[in-house]
Amino acid sequence: MSIDIDTARKVAHLARIRVEEADLPALAGELSGILTFMEQLNEVDVDGIEPMTSVTPMRLKRRADVVTDGDIQGKVLANAPDAREGFFAVPKVVE
Amino acid sequence: MNANELTIAAARDALRKGELTAVDLTMSCLTAIDAGDPLNAFVHKTPEIALEQARAADARLASGDAPAMCGIPLGIKDLFCTKGVASQAASNILKGFKPEYESTVTTKLFDAGAVMLGKLNMDEFAMGSSNETSCYGDVVNPWKVDERRLTPGGSSGGSASAVAADLCLGATGTDTGGSIRQPAAFTGIVGIKPTYGRVSRWGVVAFASSLDQAGPMTKSVRDAAIFLGAMSGHDPKDSTSAELAVPDFEAALTGDIRGKKIGIPREYRMDGMPDEIEALWAKGREMLKDAGAEIVDISLPHTKYALPAYYVIAPAEASSNLARYDGVRYGHRARLAQGDGITEMYEKTRAEGFGKEVQRRVMIGTYVLSAGFYDAYYNRARKVRALIKRDFELAFADGIDAILTPATPSSAFGLGEMASADPVQMYLNDVFTVTVNLAGLPGVSVPVGLDAKGLPLGLQLIGRPWEEGDLLNHAHVLEQAAGFVAKPSKWW
Repeated sequence: MSIDIDTARKVAHLARIRVEEADLPALAGELSGILTFMEQLNEVDVDGIEPMTSVTPMRLKRRADVVTDGDIQGKVLANAPDAREGFFAVPKVVE
Repeated sequence: MNANELTIAAARDALRKGELTAVDLTMSCLTAIDAGDPLNAFVHKTPEIALEQARAADARLASGDAPAMCGIPLGIKDLFCTKGVASQAASNILKGFKPEYESTVTTKLFDAGAVMLGKLNMDEFAMGSSNETSCYGDVVNPWKVDERRLTPGGSSGGSASAVAADLCLGATGTDTGGSIRQPAAFTGIVGIKPTYGRVSRWGVVAFASSLDQAGPMTKSVRDAAIFLGAMSGHDPKDSTSAELAVPDFEAALTGDIRGKKIGIPREYRMDGMPDEIEALWAKGREMLKDAGAEIVDISLPHTKYALPAYYVIAPAEASSNLARYDGVRYGHRARLAQGDGITEMYEKTRAEGFGKEVQRRVMIGTYVLSAGFYDAYYNRARKVRALIKRDFELAFADGIDAILTPATPSSAFGLGEMASADPVQMYLNDVFTVTVNLAGLPGVSVPVGLDAKGLPLGLQLIGRPWEEGDLLNHAHVLEQAAGFVAKPSKWW
């Protein structure tokens, strides 16, 4: 499976990473190389094998649905690039 | 001998006897760290925190209530969140990030009295095998045999370099595909990746959550046992953390492996493997045999597929985990142009903040999880992963106690030498280690000898799940037999 320039552009957009048009051919080539390496997996007979969901046989633990912390607005916002009036600020989302 | 050159075990004993103070020991390390700047291992130094912790450790030692790690100066990989101290996973996207909380591992270490000297360089988001993807620049291996600067390996390259150069007594590392064991082998130190679930992942910046485990990097197997004991244990904040008691790993180091069965997997004999690696492996087999173990040829038939499976699963998980770096809650946000909306903010922020290798892996992960390819790549890789794990289960069910393999396909290579190679060439560094992450098993790298150039080479031992004590005992026997005492000569 090789990745063409249109697919590379689409993947970059899905990943929300800006890639300049001039860089797309090189990116497509690199991604294709990695995918070719992955093609080896097609040699393996996986009939009747369940995909692994947990590497150690354990059930995810549950806990009571209660508040365990809170009232730390200042800490939550402390590292924000733009925080105003107790909120994260972002560019206009809704027209 | 300067105090910073001590092992953890020797320093612990000297501290308890009052022959050494934690403050003096810490000062000795801080001096070594400043002199070690050419190695670029420590990227955020925390001398004030270190001295305050050392003074507290001395008070605790004086009161007689001192756990083994009390007063021991450590380096902490930049992947661990440390409260109020820069924690940026060697990425520009987390530039300026100072967590408001402390990771469980560092909390446990500090509760045990350990001293933090600073944060250690690494590959960006732990993605790399040579420490050349860091936003802080390359780490240099203290081992040097000609004019070239060598890689310490990766991703825990700063940890490996700092321990090998005696800048600290031990360091935390993390291992997703070999990131503790490969750099340990490249720098002549010991590194163990514990069983998945043994050490809490809470507060460790996530790369691939089903594969990531933290572990110690140390100057000896005994140190690894002591250090691992202090890091391990159940944590309600990590739902994959195992609710199991932590045994006394150091007590497991009996030096007796008589009657144990050591598996030698034939699939690890790769085409084109250097003779020196082959010879080292044979030497390791002889050492364990001389110690009374039985050497058994085994087969792990799906080994060949581990790397391609890993390079589907790890990027898939990374693409999800790294979605959180969006320029909203922490770290870098790109400067926006007039009229830019939220999508432009995400795309520009991530293009500026992530380095090339991270971008590549996020995009590969995005692709293999996208509609139409999910079954062909991601689900198939998870099935192959189940088969890789089954290979190990069958070997252990046959009575194998530990598996001996080479740790790396070569000794340390020169920084920049792989720059023009395609990414897959770099991925091959993890060929012997990545199976262990996929199967969730414990694995340890032990320095066993030097190659013809005079660079360290390591062997890997793989153990049964939750049997780190037994695994470390095997490693201890190998370490004693190998008698590896070489140190890099100081050029920095």
